[in-house]
Amino acid sequence: MANTLSIIQAINQALMNEMKNDDTVVVYGEDVGIEGGVFRASVDLQKTFGKERAFDTPLAESAIVGTAVGMAINGLKPVVEMQFSGFSYPAFNQIISHVARMRNRSRGQYNLPMVIRAPYGGGIRALEHHSESTEALYAQIPGLKVVIPSTPYDAKGLLIAAIRDPDPVLFWEPKRIYRAFKQEIPEEAYEIPLGKAKVIQEGDDITIVAWGAMVPDVQKAVKIVEEKGISAEVIDLRTIAPMDRESFIESVKKTGRILVVHEAPKTLGVGAEIISIVNEKAFLYLEAPPTRLTGFDTTFPLPRGEKHYIPSPERIAKTILDVVSY
Amino acid sequence: MRLEDYNPMKNEMYQVLDPTGKVVLEKDIPELDDEQLKYLYKTMLFTRTIDEKALSYQRQGRMLTYAPNLGQEAAQVGSAYSLEKEDWLAPAFRELGAWLVRGVPLKNIYLYWYGNEWGSHMPEGVKVLPVSIPIASQMQHATGIGMANNIKNEKNVVLTYVGDGGTSHGDFHEALNFASVFKSPVVFVVQNNQYAISTSRKIQTMSDNIALKATAYAMPGILVDGNDIFAMYNATKAAVDRARNGDGPTLIEAYTYRLGAHTTSDDPTKYRDDAEVEEWKKKDPILRFGEYLKGKKLIDDQWIDETKKELEKEVKDTFESIEDKSDTVIEDIFKYHYEEMPAQLKDQLDEYKSFLEGGK
Repeated sequence: MANTLSIIQAINQALMNEMKNDDTVVVYGEDVGIEGGVFRASVDLQKTFGKERAFDTPLAESAIVGTAVGMAINGLKPVVEMQFSGFSYPAFNQIISHVARMRNRSRGQYNLPMVIRAPYGGGIRALEHHSESTEALYAQIPGLKVVIPSTPYDAKGLLIAAIRDPDPVLFWEPKRIYRAFKQEIPEEAYEIPLGKAKVIQEGDDITIVAWGAMVPDVQKAVKIVEEKGISAEVIDLRTIAPMDRESFIESVKKTGRILVVHEAPKTLGVGAEIISIVNEKAFLYLEAPPTRLTGFDTTFPLPRGEKHYIPSPERIAKTILDVVSY
Repeated sequence: MRLEDYNPMKNEMYQVLDPTGKVVLEKDIPELDDEQLKYLYKTMLFTRTIDEKALSYQRQGRMLTYAPNLGQEAAQVGSAYSLEKEDWLAPAFRELGAWLVRGVPLKNIYLYWYGNEWGSHMPEGVKVLPVSIPIASQMQHATGIGMANNIKNEKNVVLTYVGDGGTSHGDFHEALNFASVFKSPVVFVVQNNQYAISTSRKIQTMSDNIALKATAYAMPGILVDGNDIFAMYNATKAAVDRARNGDGPTLIEAYTYRLGAHTTSDDPTKYRDDAEVEEWKKKDPILRFGEYLKGKKLIDDQWIDETKKELEKEVKDTFESIEDKSDTVIEDIFKYHYEEMPAQLKDQLDEYKSFLEGGK
């Protein structure tokens, strides 16, 4: 049967599948229960599985994450929602001090099979604090996994893998493309392994690495430069931490050039790490300086300014041309 | 005892033994047999001995930073003794007496303070979480463990501790609120030892006491003489029974005093008078309980001396069994961050090992 879903619907279906497959999976957060989430990621979960397993909480992010630590220690698999990634900071202490550390601190006695989901990124004309790309903040913390899907198929398979993973996963969802397009995907549960990037287009002249909502923009840019005879290899990183280094190292050995495109600020962003790895592992293959095109090192602007912040397909296309013609 | 008989809004404090060991509330002498009473006393003495020896080792440069429990033994031992085998403990970092009652071996405790993570790996069946240093953060874990019990329909309860300073923290209030809303079977014990490092309890809150904060969260709160082991045992037992019965959480303020320093890095003479400390020494929980037990002819000075010597030997033997033998195995630093070690980490481990082996 055709099961053609958007990213947000695929996320909902992943939650449905896993709650059905595994009684220990519980879903909670702010407005997650009766309303089904402000973006409807958890719609109908409470109706289907009851208030014990899908519920609303008081409005307190630290306790949402902190209680999930306790639940995971006590045999459940909590999947909690931060309503927006920009509201995850009250939970920062729990995430960094406990979620990331409990396994190591207890020398493997208490692992935390839990998922923290959050919509991230700009481009939805939102109020302040609703548009940030915070993956680098968390990706540096030992003990955490950070995953970002860019398609409905990946969103479902990666989220199921994250829920089944014995370790804590931050699942950051690109809300700008929550409903941008649909894909036909399997109705039943399936996993996409964490820590594996995906080559979504092969090419010879340049490697472009992106994730989340920047992936479709990179694909648009690649169409633009194809008309000028440039063949780009596009890699969707999918897992930010731990990162699939081989994917882009091998690609750069073929193309000799790399461009990393991300929405988060440039300085000390994930792009810096990717380029460092390329310098360490593929230095002699390089034909142009490894390059980043990113958000600015500024606060994310309010809606009247956000079009300037997120790298546009045109700007990506121009940067590709610059790198290729270096 | 009934929790509701003590109204924290009226600043009433629950007490069974006065500081001289005299019974002030005959009807509340707990039904514990002689062996149990002696066990409680011995565990308090063990706690004190472990502290004294650790401080001495620290001064000799043989132990690292250590947080002593001196003066708080009744608050810890009395509360933890109310738990059943399957119950959980979510400690902060000054709960030595509670750890011992819950079956944490001294070797683990000393390994932890000696700087090795294996100290936090509990023996099978000991449901005690590792030390939690970020203030009040462990209260949320306790609440979550209890919420999971409700979902799984399990009847065990969770005991968690925080200090008076911790009650200023957001996590304290969030944990109480969540526990109340979700009827989590948790007992929150505030060890009000009057100081958060140098900061007096008076600066933490304008409330007359801490127990009354329970009122806003629609749960019972009780102010207890924390140096009275019977009062601590009874109040916690009532709260534990209540939680097990599905009636939700309780907040207990154990009114006590930290006779020692915050940690071995702290000098309490900078922020409090000797006179104040001397006053509290008269209320020492071990002296008080000892007087009571002597009055009952259960113990005498000779028994105390012999027991103390026996405990000192155990502490010494345990410390020497880990001293200079507990350096961290390099692989252990790497291998417990994820179930499967990521390639990046493996590279770093290999590079370091190769350096140590003098490789190229």
